[in-house]
This record gives sequence, C-alpha cells and structure tokens, in this order.
Amino acid sequence: MAKVLLEMKNITKTFPGVKALDNVNLQVEEGEIHALVGENGAGKSTLMNVLSGIYPYGTYEGQIFYDGEECHFTNTKDSERKGIVIIHQELALVPYMTIGENMFLGNEQGSRYKINWNETYGKGNEYLRIVGLSESSRTLIKDIGVGKQQLVEIAKALAKNAKLLILDEPTSSLNESESRHLLDLMLKFKKEGMTSIIISHKLNEVSYVADKITVIRDGSTIETLVKGVDDFSEPRIIKGMVGREISDRFPKRTSHIGEVCMEVKNWNAYHPLYSERKIVDNVSFNVRKGEVLGISGLMGAGRTELAMSLFGKAYGENISGTLIKDGKVLNLNSVMDAIKNKIAYVTEDRKGNGLILSNAIKTNTTLANLKGVSKRGIIDRDEEYHVAVEYKDKLRTKCPTVEQNVGNLSGGNQQKVLLAKWMFADPDILILDEPTRGIDVGAKYEIYCIINQLVSEGKSVIMISSEMPELLGMCDRIYVMSEGKFVGELSGEEATQEKIMSMIIKGNDEVNVVNEDSKVLEGVE
Amino acid sequence: MNSKNKVLGFVNKYTMVIVLILVLIFFSIQTGGAILLPSNVSNLISQNAYVFVLATGMLLCILTGGNIDLSVGSVVCFVGAVGAKLLDSAHMNPVLTVIIMFIIGTLIGAWQAFWIAHVRIPPFIVTLSGMLIFRGLSNVVLNGMTVSLQNYTGFVKTFGGGANCYVPDFFGDNSINITCILASVIAIAVYVFLTVNNRRKRVKKQYEVESFGPWVGKLIVISAVIAIFGFRLAQHKGIPNVLLIVIGVIIIYSYITSNTTTGRYFYAVGGNEKATKLSGINTNKVYFLAYTNMGLLSALAGMITIARMTSAQPTYGQNYEMDAIASCFIGGASAYGGIGTVPGVIIGAILMGVINLGMFSMGVDQNMQKVVKGLVLLAAVIFDVVSKRGGKLLAKNT
Repeated sequence: MAKVLLEMKNITKTFPGVKALDNVNLQVEEGEIHALVGENGAGKSTLMNVLSGIYPYGTYEGQIFYDGEECHFTNTKDSERKGIVIIHQELALVPYMTIGENMFLGNEQGSRYKINWNETYGKGNEYLRIVGLSESSRTLIKDIGVGKQQLVEIAKALAKNAKLLILDEPTSSLNESESRHLLDLMLKFKKEGMTSIIISHKLNEVSYVADKITVIRDGSTIETLVKGVDDFSEPRIIKGMVGREISDRFPKRTSHIGEVCMEVKNWNAYHPLYSERKIVDNVSFNVRKGEVLGISGLMGAGRTELAMSLFGKAYGENISGTLIKDGKVLNLNSVMDAIKNKIAYVTEDRKGNGLILSNAIKTNTTLANLKGVSKRGIIDRDEEYHVAVEYKDKLRTKCPTVEQNVGNLSGGNQQKVLLAKWMFADPDILILDEPTRGIDVGAKYEIYCIINQLVSEGKSVIMISSEMPELLGMCDRIYVMSEGKFVGELSGEEATQEKIMSMIIKGNDEVNVVNEDSKVLEGVE
Repeated sequence: MNSKNKVLGFVNKYTMVIVLILVLIFFSIQTGGAILLPSNVSNLISQNAYVFVLATGMLLCILTGGNIDLSVGSVVCFVGAVGAKLLDSAHMNPVLTVIIMFIIGTLIGAWQAFWIAHVRIPPFIVTLSGMLIFRGLSNVVLNGMTVSLQNYTGFVKTFGGGANCYVPDFFGDNSINITCILASVIAIAVYVFLTVNNRRKRVKKQYEVESFGPWVGKLIVISAVIAIFGFRLAQHKGIPNVLLIVIGVIIIYSYITSNTTTGRYFYAVGGNEKATKLSGINTNKVYFLAYTNMGLLSALAGMITIARMTSAQPTYGQNYEMDAIASCFIGGASAYGGIGTVPGVIIGAILMGVINLGMFSMGVDQNMQKVVKGLVLLAAVIFDVVSKRGGKLLAKNT
C-alpha cells in the first residue's frame, strides 16, 4: 500500500447558522487521483478551502496531516509552501498580462528589486511545453481561449512546485476535446508521481480519471469508492450523491406539438469588434408550438451568439435574415422589442448577465416585466410581493423569504429565480442557454420538470446545452451547430451522442476552418 | 436567530442613526446643551438645506454604479450667478427667473448626461470638466464681482434660511409658534395613519410583516423625534421656509426611488448593468436621467444658496459636491452602486451638519474642523463596512 500523503480527520466547519462540514474524513494516498463528488452545497469546496488555508487554522475543528506531520495553515502561502496548490473554478488570470507574468504572479523570478524577465519567460515556456501548449509565454492571456487558460493555470501550479494539485471543476468551461486533453494530462502527471484531487460534476470524467471517489453529501463523507473494487458507474455514484437512485434522470412528458410558430431564415451575424468575422452563418430553422428544440454544438460554435442576435440584436453587428413569428415578419431592434413580441432569452451566465445579486428575489423576479406589477410607472409593491411568492412556490425555490438577496442563494435556486423572471414576462418562446450549468443533479431534475410544464402550456422552448445526454433526454428535435452553421437536424428518437459528434466533426471538415486560436469564446458582450 | 445576531442585525441596519445619537450626546455634553438650543436646531436646517437637496440628487448618480458628479458646486454657483444677474441687472420677474434657473440647471445636467449616457465618457471626467467650465463661466457672468440681492425680499424669503424666512404664525405673535406645533401634530398623525394602514393591509392580505414590538418601537421613536424637533422649531421662530422645500424634495425622491419603475431602474443598473440591459431596460436613459436630474437639483440648490447669502459671488458653492458625496457614503450608499436610500442619505447629511455645528459651537479651529470631518467620514464608512462584515476589521486577503 502506498504512503498516505494527506489525511483530513474529523473536519467540522461552521458558518453562522449552518454546519457546512460535519466530521469529514478524507485520505489521499501518494500518486493517486482522488475525486470529490457531491451535489452543489455539499461542502466540497469548503473542504478544499480548509485544506488550502483559505479558512485558517482555528476557524475549523479537526486535524490535517500532510506528509506525516500535522499542519496549521493560516493562509494559502503556507499550504503552497508545502506543495498544496488549488486551482479554482473561476480562473484567476490577469487578461492584459502575459502568460509568463501570470504564471509567476506572487512568485516572481529574480530578486525583490529586480525581476528576472529572461528566467520568467524561459521557465514559462518550459512549463507550457509540459502542459502541451505551444504558445510563447509572452502571449497575452486575453489572446488565448478558455481551454488554454485552464492549462496555463496548471502550468502556474507546476511553477509553484506542486506536489498535491487540487482542481475545482476544471472542465466546467471547456469543450469535449479540451476536457479530454486536460484529463489525459492529469493521468500523465500521475505517472510522474503527482497526487491530485479533482472536484467535478461531470461523472463520466470522474470515473475516467479517478482512482478513488469520495462522495460528500450535506457536509458529511458518505463513502469512498475504489477503482477496481467498487462499481464506478454513473448511476452508482449518483446514488451516493443524492442518497437515492435516480432511475429516470429526465422526467417523462407526452408531447403535444402544434404548428410552426417561429421561423428563422438565412440568419447572419458578425463579431461586434472584428467585423469581418462571421459568427452566425446563414442559419435557418423553425420551432413548433409545444416543442422542446435543442441546439447542440461545441463551445464557440456560435449558439449563444445566435440566440442573442435573435433576441433584439443583443449581440453582433450587421445582422441580416428574416425572423417570422406567428406568420408575421418581425424586425426586432432592441431587447424591449423582443420581450414585447414574447421572446425571452435566459442567459447562460446567470451571475454576470442574468441576475442582480445585490437585490431581493422579489425585485429580480419582476425586472423584465415591471409593467406587469405597476400602473403608470408606480409599482404596486404588494402585487410584486404576491407575484414573487407565487413563482417561488411554483418553481419550488428554496429560500426563507422573497425579500432575501439573490446572491445568498445556491446556484440551482438562482437559476430558478432567473427562470421565474422570464416566465413572468410571459413569453411564447423561451430560449434557455445552458439552463443547468453548474447546478446539482436534484436541481437539474426540477429544471427539466419546469421545462415540461412550460411546453405543456403551449409554449416553445429552445434549449442550448453542451451536455449531450441532457439534450437527448429532453428534446423533441435537435439541431447541430458547428462553426456558426447548422450542420444537421435530428429528431429526438434518432439522435445519439455519436451521431451528433460525427455531424460536428463532418461539419468542421466541410467548413474547414480549424482555427481554434482565434476563437474568443468570451466575445459575447 | 440568537440574541447576539439580533443585536448585530439591529446595529447593521441602524448604524448611522446610532452614530448620530452618540454624536449628538457628545456635543450636548461638550457644549453644555447649546447644540440643542432652538436657534441651533433651526440653523441646522437653514445652513444645510443645500446639502439635503444635493445629496438626494447625488444618490441617484451613485446608485447607477458609484458614479459621482463633481460639477455640482460649480453648477450651483453658475445658476445662482445667472439668477442674481437676471434679478438685479435685468429686473426680471422673480417667478420667471426661477423658471429660467431651473431650465438652465436642467440643460447643464442634460449636456453632461449626454456625454456620460450616450457617448459613455466616464462621469468623473465629464463632471471634472463641468466643474472647471461652470466655475469659469460664473466668474464671467459676475465679472468677478458680488451681486447683492438685498432688495429682492420675495425671492430671498421663499428660498432662504435667513433672519426672516419663516412660515408666518397664523395664530398671532406668541413666544411659541402655534402653526409649527400644529404642523408637527399633523405630520405625526399622517405618519402614524399611513404606517398603521399599511400594516393592516399587509396583515389582511397575509403578507409578511415586521414583528409587533420593534414596529411599535420604531413608530414611537419617529413620532417622538418629529414632536421634539417641531417643538424646538416652535420655540425659535417656527418653520423655516426652506424646510418645506427640503421636505418636498425628500418626499418626492423617496417615493420615486422606492415606488416607481424608473426608481427601480437606478438600483438595477447599479446592481448589474448587463442583466438590466438584457431585461429590456434602456440603461442609457437611466444614466441620462440621473445626471440631468442632478442639474435640476443643482439649480434648486443654487436658489437656496443665493437666497441664504442674499447675494451671488463667484466663489459660492465650493466643495458642495464633496458635502453631497460624503453625505451619501456616510448615509449607507454603496461605492459600487445599487445600494442606498434617500432617508439614509438624509441621516448622513444631518450627521455632517451636526458635526459642523457642534464644532462651531465648541469653537474648534476652522482647519481642525476639516481634519475632524475627514476622519469622521472615514470612521463612519469603516464602521459601516466592518459591521457588515460581521465585526472583522481586516478584509480577507484571498
């Protein structure tokens, strides 16, 4: 048996009013990849924050043994000195600095009074080669895609002489091939003796890469599964996470699909800054009443951009094409127009573009349709409260009162508030962009139920998602998008992951634009 | 919730009210009660009327995202200068003059608002330039001289806070102003009626209401404050005219910010501009409104200023923007936007006024007064931030 590198014993961490961790135990052996899984809010990140010293010694109970000795970390510098490096879900890179500068930020090469730039960039390049990047370390961070930025984060950790690497949701913003590259990199490091802990929602990735899986639920360790000994299948892991078997991850619905209610013909949109770059390329499609329509594709395929350009030209320049709704040609020039014509776009970035975190649930719920609770510009605050409570009950949002700030809610409940906001605007067509990103299995199921409820009321839902099982489980019809074009259409029954992937790959070959470097995924304003 | 949390919650919510009370007690002891003399209470209003008005306008700018308006003092001076010239040199009708002053203020506001809202030049730059432009123009209009308004008693009485600018007592000349007493009784009655009525409505519709004890407590305290305040004014000369203007501004803007859709947009833009835009709200219009309105209220403050001084000078209005900004931040507005209320800002302005008056009564040296004010601003905001963080002084370095 290998040596135990890290042992966390009986860790208990209390926040005012909540016990976030309750007697958690974790044992990681040298040279293994250990996965931590659990629903959102289960306490995974809290545990890692205890380990890395973000919550300093004394603010929690229990003991941490690392490399045979007990550790009292008071900040992240302490833990990094020992070789424990954590890479957070939100990337911590400065966009207008070079890769090299970022890599050695807080760990500068040379002396305090003179940074050794040759060393910085020389070493920088070495570490970049290790993680499989061919960029120069003098490239600015803003000029490389998210996938590569994630690799830079890992290179940065290596530059700190990491012995124990902790990755918090490393693939949440990566596409499939980038994710695969990252996971393979982890396996390569493992061979070289590195120990890693990975936190992830993507169970297929976890079972691919991990030697052991520790399941955390409601602040307690439930079990640790060992590769080769225990069952590593997704249903088995999910059972541990939610404490019950989800036999059906997608709720059943009987579709009542009506006539075509919206049609888009030859839709084009260009990048707002680089006006020669076509982001949406001659897209045509239709949506029927009561239908859940899926749009599949890799990140950067132009799905979000398509949706936002349809939504009152909220994205893009030189937009052309025809948008027909209920037999009428619409010319939507602002978000206000789109809402008036009963089209809603529910953003993928709920914190950045969707919700006002410092405001109450109540105010967020009515923001897109304040007219619905006001007369001649005067808000009826009782009515507003009433509406908020109604939607809270309808969507089963978990919160003490609707006066609570949205910022204090968990991801799943925030997503529900965001949905409530757009449901209250009473649209016919809802475009849901990654509606279940970053939320746990239980909350996902509830979101699916809400979608079913919406289409049963005769509304249409366009669902953009990077999770193929979700599209396959939910959609009546799926369009496949690649490099700004629609490259295929599949009915719900005939669609499989393999078919979609092959369409995307074939589409890529046809378009023959494999220039991933220039893909600025975050180009959406 | 345990009792410690309850206390902490209470302190968080009423931080500045508590500080105000402590400061009042401090100065009462230091000045042997002089600060609470009827004439001082009356003066507090008259002297700080412009701060109340400007701070209210500044709040709207700050709500949009911590943006401030630096041009306020210069605009006050410029509008005042033009008004004084119109009255004194052109012998214009005072009513017409007031209208023109409002129009000029609004146009100046709209000029700056255009660059800020539609061209998206940072407010700091636009209003810094406005600060220079209108200070310069004030000098040009006045030729660097003072214009006296001694002969325009109607104008001065309406807007001023000087010796005779009080609402006349309709019940004869008593040592105690009956009109003032009556007005405060009516004010208390209206306040109690509205609060009780609102609660009854909410209970009837089974909405959430505050628990009974604190609710009654708050009701009694506020009524008592109005009563004491009214009595103090009555002992002096009654209600200063300018107090009516200030109360009008407070009521109108409290209502706008808390009950109208337009008001809601200010908070939304400051809270998350992208989300607001994607909710179909014209955010440019919100910025435009905030700065245009600041011009309008600067004009009003300009009238109040020249009426109180009964003259116009090219140096008037200096540092007024700083008084307004300080009041907002002391009154709990967030430097990042999206948070802040009109009543909060008024508490902030009163706190500043009390400190000014208190130090003046104590005979503190002018320069030391500035030092103390600066420290109080810093201390007040530190206290606010730290208590919101749950009592920890230092922010986490992670």
